[in-house]
Amino acid sequence: MKNHLKTAAPLTIEGLSVAYQKKPVLRGVSFSIEEGELIGVIGPNGAGKSTLMKAALGLIPRLSGEVLIYGKPYRQQRRLIGYVPQRESVDWDFPTNALDVVMMGRYGHLGLFGRPGAKERRLAMECLAKVGMADFATRQISQLSGGQQQRVFLARALVQDAKLYFMDEPFAGVDAATEKAIITLLQELKRQGKTVIVVHHDLATVEEYFDSVLLLNVELQAYGKTEQVFTQQMLQQTYGGRLAFLERGGNARLAVTKG
Amino acid sequence: MSDFWILLTGSLVASCCGILGAFLVLRKMAMIGDAISHSVMPGIVIAFLISGSRDSLVMMLAAMACGLLAVFLIQLFQQSGIQSDASIGVVFTAMFATGVLLVSLYARQVHLDQDAILYGEIAYVHWNTWTLNGVSMGPIAVWLLGITLTVILVVIGLFYKQFKLCAFDPALAAACGIPVALFHYLLMGLVSMATVSSFESVGAILVVGLLVIPAATAYLLTERLSVMIAMSAGVGIASTFIGYGVATVLDASIAGCIVSAAGVLFILALLFSPSHGVIWKKWRLRRLAQ
Repeated sequence: MKNHLKTAAPLTIEGLSVAYQKKPVLRGVSFSIEEGELIGVIGPNGAGKSTLMKAALGLIPRLSGEVLIYGKPYRQQRRLIGYVPQRESVDWDFPTNALDVVMMGRYGHLGLFGRPGAKERRLAMECLAKVGMADFATRQISQLSGGQQQRVFLARALVQDAKLYFMDEPFAGVDAATEKAIITLLQELKRQGKTVIVVHHDLATVEEYFDSVLLLNVELQAYGKTEQVFTQQMLQQTYGGRLAFLERGGNARLAVTKG
Repeated sequence: MSDFWILLTGSLVASCCGILGAFLVLRKMAMIGDAISHSVMPGIVIAFLISGSRDSLVMMLAAMACGLLAVFLIQLFQQSGIQSDASIGVVFTAMFATGVLLVSLYARQVHLDQDAILYGEIAYVHWNTWTLNGVSMGPIAVWLLGITLTVILVVIGLFYKQFKLCAFDPALAAACGIPVALFHYLLMGLVSMATVSSFESVGAILVVGLLVIPAATAYLLTERLSVMIAMSAGVGIASTFIGYGVATVLDASIAGCIVSAAGVLFILALLFSPSHGVIWKKWRLRRLAQ
């Protein structure tokens, strides 16, 4: 006797294809994810990982296919979604401070004319505190380190109070402390029953971080539980032989080789 | 009395341009402002040929249509793979040339000389007045600019958070359901409107100076968007007063002096700004090295 919201998956994608200038970036991608999981999207450069996210969020036009968020089109479900773009996608010299950036996460909830006020400020401060950035609230964003900027972006996603999060390489170029803070936060989100999809590059941490893995290289290579899908054979297939496996002490360690 | 009207007109131009310029500079679209200001030229001439007057609503609308057409074409060319600076260059020079061509073809009919379009004639603003029921209502340019400034303040005031988010992070804006393209064209429409209202006073070329220079100056002086917008307008108004004063003393082009004054203020900010200033930075580095 499950209700509709329970039965509908957080994200279902059917036959998604996207092309830039006639060159297909994604071809016939179909999958459906389970609620309450941390899901890693893995694949080589140019595999279409960011494109998959942007197409799912309706930020870029798709050639064909259907995207459903909890069983409905994206337009009707915007408030259920939080998005963390790549850190380099914005200008960090913009005249604003950390608190203000986090408050931008509430804009989607404010309607056409609503203005951010005391409530938004309070929520933003709470989220800054959750990522350990409360002391930097009034800091000009260009004066934050890369890791701190990434935390501000995460706080901005948290304040959106979503059920399904899309994060585009949140671990890129951050120090060990920030990486630890981010993964703690992701696990906290999972405990709250939220679903998080993360574009990830570091193969060494995949098994530790993610419940499920989506292997992508233009086409969907595999999707499933990490222990079943994250295998040497599947990775070789995804990376097209550009992967070197370093056997050390019985554990297979991975490294992506250039070429 | 003419001093008053000239300074008022200049301040209105500076306010319109300063507010919009802040968004253009932050979105790295300063040169789009340049493109729009040149591209409205054919619109102005065509509207003038049709209506026979240079103060009509027709002129405003035709020029705005041309400005938006330029923005649309630039975007279209970019999407078809042409470099963004190249497509700006292609569109605005071609449209401006069309305007020059039209003026030269119909020069005798239109009483519209190229110098006036390019450099403006703010000194004559107070001669061109209108009357309502026999009462003189003051210079038309002041009314036109006043209406434009009101429209800008209302639109930016109502949709401040949308414009801000579109400028900072268009991807998040789109994900939040803000129609990014609509706000882009809305901003460009306002820039076209400001350009047309200003062209008579400061001309199509110098209006770019007032769109970009005060905003770039304000960018160096503050780290808050709302303050940057206010300062941008303030720097523009200060330039108007300084420029007009200098022009009176030197008996030189008023618009030229205003934009030169803006340039001087920009250099001062570049050197002495507490946060971005070259001199302070040097000084701090020296302190650190000791």
